This record gives sequence, structure tokens and C-alpha cells, in this order.
Amino acid sequence: MRLTGAQALVRALEMEGVDVVFGLPGGAILPVYDPLLDSPIRHVLVRHEQGAGHMAEGYAQASGRPGVAIVTSGPAATNIVTAVADAAIDSVPMVVITGQVPTGAIGSDAFQEVDTTGITMSVTKHNWLVTDPADIPRVVAEAFHVATTGRPGPVLIDLPKDVSTGELEWYWPRRLDLPGYQPVTKGHPKMIEQAAALITAARRPVIYAGGGLVRAGAERELRALAERTGIPVVTTLLARGIIPDDHPLALGMPGMHGTYAAVMAMQRADLLITLGARFDDRVTGRVSAFAPEAKVIHVDVDPAELGKVRRADVPIVGDLRNVLPELLRRLPAEPADLGAWRATIAEWQQRYPLSYVPSEPGSATKPQFVVERLRALTPDDTILVAGVGQHQMWASQFWTFRAPRQWINSGGLGTMGFAVPAAVGAKAARPRQMVWAIDGDGSFQMTAQEIVTASAERIPIKVAILNNGYLGMVRQWQEMFYDERYSEVYLSPDLPDYVRWAEAMGAVGMRVDAPEEVDAAIEKANEVDDRPVVIDFRVDTFEKVYPMVPAGASNDDIVLPPHLVGDGR
Amino acid sequence: MSASSNLVPIGAIRQPVHGRHHILSVLVENKAGVLARVALLFSRRGFNIYSLAVAPTDDERFSRITMVVDVETAPLEQITKQLHKLINVLKITELDPSDAVEVESMLVTIVAEGGSRSRALELAELFRGQVLDVNAERLTLMFALAPSALDDVEALLGEFGIVEVQRSGRIALARLPKPVRRVARRGKVS
Ligand SMILES: Cc1ncc(C[n+]2csc(CCOP(=O)(O)OP(=O)(O)O)c2C)c(N)n1
Repeated sequence: MRLTGAQALVRALEMEGVDVVFGLPGGAILPVYDPLLDSPIRHVLVRHEQGAGHMAEGYAQASGRPGVAIVTSGPAATNIVTAVADAAIDSVPMVVITGQVPTGAIGSDAFQEVDTTGITMSVTKHNWLVTDPADIPRVVAEAFHVATTGRPGPVLIDLPKDVSTGELEWYWPRRLDLPGYQPVTKGHPKMIEQAAALITAARRPVIYAGGGLVRAGAERELRALAERTGIPVVTTLLARGIIPDDHPLALGMPGMHGTYAAVMAMQRADLLITLGARFDDRVTGRVSAFAPEAKVIHVDVDPAELGKVRRADVPIVGDLRNVLPELLRRLPAEPADLGAWRATIAEWQQRYPLSYVPSEPGSATKPQFVVERLRALTPDDTILVAGVGQHQMWASQFWTFRAPRQWINSGGLGTMGFAVPAAVGAKAARPRQMVWAIDGDGSFQMTAQEIVTASAERIPIKVAILNNGYLGMVRQWQEMFYDERYSEVYLSPDLPDYVRWAEAMGAVGMRVDAPEEVDAAIEKANEVDDRPVVIDFRVDTFEKVYPMVPAGASNDDIVLPPHLVGDGR
Repeated sequence: MSASSNLVPIGAIRQPVHGRHHILSVLVENKAGVLARVALLFSRRGFNIYSLAVAPTDDERFSRITMVVDVETAPLEQITKQLHKLINVLKITELDPSDAVEVESMLVTIVAEGGSRSRALELAELFRGQVLDVNAERLTLMFALAPSALDDVEALLGEFGIVEVQRSGRIALARLPKPVRRVARRGKVS
């Protein structure tokens, strides 16, 4: 069967089971958009290509399947780079297809030409410049394989216009020939044996659960390990929900804005069982002072993570879904008695819980209160998406997570503007689940136009803007570390008018000025099912995220909220 | 341009810093862009690739990159792990300089007129060089030697006046196993 390269591409996407793609057409990708009309694949037309990338990420994180974005060459390719980098650092499986100028024009500064594979080389797991239509089915099959296996990540296929208009004899590769790509899945038995021995001997162990567990889909295995051994679990920003927050062994998030119990448990631990986590600087604080007495078991599918930041006493390369059951098999039936350790941790939890001072009657709504009410008033399986800033930390802290894939945010790159498009992607993947985004007023303004996409495509997401009129997280750093010298962080809560803006974009817009109005607005938003909703929550401008480990400080120097230490400030 | 303005100072040092000299032999797929991917992992951390030689192996689907890099051991370990993650990289071997045979070749054009010509030819013969090109004033010679010997030749040829020199970067293979275990000499050389 003779097909054009473009037809072969669309057919290959169908072979891979793709049901939705996010994109925006243009000159170099035009040939691909024609056969899309005849395909059962749904295309979501974005308003900016960065949005297509984050939507693909949201889709992937909610569904566990790779997200797909299709954009044209030049400015469209550069527009999507932020999302590709975001997916790379958070290990999100994603396939991006970019149009390219015809092969004969490559390198000539042709109209809308950029060196897309060159630009994205360091932010993709791999990329391909296709120069022969006959390579298309093979490259697509390879791309999906690479994106979804081993440590997942984004890949990019750059498709010159003459390659998509050229012809080929259709085929679908039966096997892939990638001699340099063989991810290790099974852990080394000897190492697993040693890990079991360390766990058995430990008296102050902590499970340091990272995003890799979510990517591996290893929540059952993790829970089995924790419950069998009675070892408490900290969940990193990317792993929130991998064990329910109301589980007795759950300590919440570690790191810069982590719970006191999670931070101190790691600091005082004699063993860190590190699972799909990577000792990010936001978790470790000053590395030389991090968990000084802890031995380290480190399990990761990516060998380059082992020993990168912290030496592992027992490094294990492998897929967590294989390694954890093997580990469990080697543990003695009777777990060690961790009573004293658990009691110490329980005392930390009791003395220094996550908390805030509720607002006085008549004063501004506390942002944490909005998060708590949202959790209370939404279904259990609601997917929560966040932007980047204070609101993201409050969302992570004050939402009670109960399952993985229900928390989607930009961890490693910290990309403001992530929330709205990622929520659209998540909702496209999981239309029956409610999807709420908690966004900052600054973050919202970066990609708000994707509300238009959501309206036009009938993807009814809900957005709670915690509007503090500031680039709040930066404002917090200037307050704490720059003598309250506020430089370029004021945004104004009223400009733009979020309600009218939302309405102009086809959404329901609401504004909440006082704590008493919070519940009614959320309930009203929950009723809306045919269009997006944006609620402008006017929140306390001066609220800060606590606890906080200042950047570069030791985790021992964790700063608690003033009301818990009672210094009267 | 006059010949003298191109003179290379005598004893130009072409050896990387002692102790940070690592030889990597990287087997890659022979595909477009692979060298860029490999080089990027070094350049993004600001590390210098000291020398580089690439050519297809006996199996034309694969190429071998031999690179000498000037990096401390710890970051190098991280880079080799990152190199392994490249889809087109099949195998990486770090060759211990004391346990490898290394060769580098050099093409050099020198000033060789009148009496100096015979002295130059004598020197070339001593180092198993070949004359590749010649005219009334100049000679182009070729050498393939251990890199340190090549440094010596280059320094010695400097006396004649080097017009142009091009070195290939080194290629290396691990030494063959020997029946008797050689005793490693440790400690400082005084
Ligand atoms: C694209 C981008 N630019 C800049 C930053 C730096 N930054 C981190 S948090 C923040 C403030 C975010 O403000 P807002 O979205 O209003 O959230 P808030 O902190 O007020 O909750 C900024 C500017 C970033 N993370 N991403």
C-alpha cells in the first residue's frame, strides 16, 4: 500500500493507540494536518504551542500513556521547548512531532527554519530528523518505545515537509533495532539481598518515595513494603499520593517546604530507602549536611541517578515494579521493632503539624483555607493540577492525596504557566474525573489563553486562582532574604479583571472576596459541566509558605511558622 | 604570510594535565548527529575534549570514537553514565593510559632548504616518518607514534620552522593480557 509520509505518520500514531493529539498547524506541518481529518484521532487545537506541550504532559501524567503534540517548524518548535524540557526533568513520556522545512532547504535559514533537533538535543531522551519517508513507521515505533520504557521522557520527531509529502510502501516494524538502548529492568539479586539485610538491621529507617514510583505504577508494591516493615514514608513533590496522606505511615512531603516530621525523619534516619527519587536539592538542602547518619539504598531505573548526588551503600538499577516484590520476598516475616522511632516521629507530627493561622473575621481569606475547602468539597478522585509558586506548595501541603496520578505539577523545571494547559490535557485523558487547577495569579497569566481551547473543545476544567496580587513566592524570598526590599513582584489583584477575562474566554468567571463565600463558589463551580470555570479567590497577600529550609541551608535549620514557635512575630 | 609568523614554539606541550587524562573508547551507531550528542554532554558542563578521533569500525553500522578528556574522575563517571543513556551509544570503555597502546599521527610541513633538508630527513627517518610532499623550500612529513614521542618530534622539528602542523587526535586500544602479571608500580616518582 502506497502512502504519503503524512498518511504514514497518522497511521503509525493510530497503531500506537493514540486517541488525542494536541497541536496547532502551520506551513511545514500542513501535509500532516490533511490526513488527520480522516483519522479517528482527536485533535485539540491549542492557542500557543507551549500549551500543546503541557497538555500532552497533563494527558500523560493523568493516564500513564504517552502524550502527543504536533506543531509546525520554527517559532512553533521553539514555543514547545519549555514543555519538552519540563517533561524531560520530570520523566514524563511524551512524543512531539515538529514540521521542518524541506530537506533541501535545511541549513539555509529558510522561512521558519530552526535547528529543532539541535535545540532539543539536551532536553529530549532522544530525537530524530527524518530524511526518508520510508523511515517514518520505524521512527514512530522507536519514538514511542523510547518515550515509554526505562526512565520515561520526551522524544521529538522532526519531519521535513518533503518527507511528509513523499511516498513510501506502508509497513509496521515487527521488531525494533536499537542496539544501544537496553534499559535494565530486573534488579541485581545480590544487591537486593544486601538491601534486605540493611532494612532488617535498621532502627530508624525511612522510605524516600519519589516520582519514579508513580511513573512505574508501583503504588501497590510500595504500600506492601511499607506495611510489611512498618517503615514510614515521605513522598516527594512528584510522588504525592503514591501512599495516601491519611495512611498511618505517611509523613507527607520532605524538603524545602516539607513537613517537619518528613524533614526531620530523613535528617535523623539511619537508613534511607530511596525509591525512584533523585536527591534533588529542594529535598536535600545542603547536601553535606543531609541525613548525615543514614545509609542509603537507592533503587532507580536510570543508572545515572545512582551516586549522582549521594553515594549509595546499596545501588540497585531496575524497574521498581520488579525490584520491590523481590525485595519483599527477601525480608523476614517478622519485621524489626520500630516502636521507638515511630513514637519519635509521631511526636514531631503532633508538635509541628502543617498549620496556618485562620483568618480573623472580616479579614482576607487564607490561601491554605481555599485548598482545604476544595479538597473537602470535591470528589475523592479529583485530579489536582498546580502552577508554580506559593500556591503550588500550599496545594501540595494542604490537599489530602489519596492516589497517584491525581496530582500533576511541574516539579523539576518549576514552569509557571503549567497549570491551565496541563489541566486541559488531564481532563482530555480522564473526562469522567473532575479536574481542578490551583494556580497563582502570575502563573495563570502566562498561559491563560488555553482556557479558550478548553471552552472551544468542551473540556470543562476548573481553575482556582489564589490571587495575592504578587509573584508571591519571589515576594516571600525578598521579604525573608532581601530585607523586605520588594523588587518587581507586585502584579495588582485587579489587573486584569479575572472574571471578565474568564467570561471573554468562554468560561464561567467568579470572584470570592471573603472566607464565607468560598464554599458556595466551589459548589457552584462543581455543578458546571459544559464549560471551564475560573474562580478568582482574593487571598491574604502576606501569607508565607512554612516550614521553610532556606536555599543552601542544612535541613536542620528548618524554619517553622511563627505561630508554632511562639516568637510572637 | 611569512613562514616565521607561523612558528610553533619549541616544545609545545600537547599532553593533557597529568592525572586528569582519561581515554574513552566509545562504540556508537554510525548515524547522523551522534558525535554532536556525545560532544554536548561534555560541553554542557564546560569540560574540554582534549582530542577526538572517529571512524567506522569493521562493521560499518558502528563507529568508534576515541576521546581524550581532561576531567576529574568523579564528574567523568557521571558523564559516562550519561553517555550510556544516549540511544546511539553501545559501549564505553575507559582505557587506563598505563594499560593502553596509544597512537597519534601528525602531518607537518617544515622549512627545509639547503643544508637543513638533509638534517630534517635524518630526523624523520629516526622517528619512522615519511615524506608526503616536497618542493624547493619545504617538506611535508607524516608520523604515527605514541603521543609523547610525537610531542618530541614536533619540538625537534620546531628548530626548522614549522609552517603548518595537523595532529589527528589519538586512537587507543587496551593492552593485550600478558601471561605474567605485571607488578603495578605505585607511589610518587621522585
Ligand atoms: C516561567 C517562570 N518564570 C519565572 C519563574 C520564577 N518564579 C517562581 S515562583 C514565581 C512567582 C509565582 O507567582 P504566582 O504564580 O502569582 O504564584 P504565588 O507564588 O503568588 O502563589 C516566580 C516568578 C518561574 N518559576 N517560571
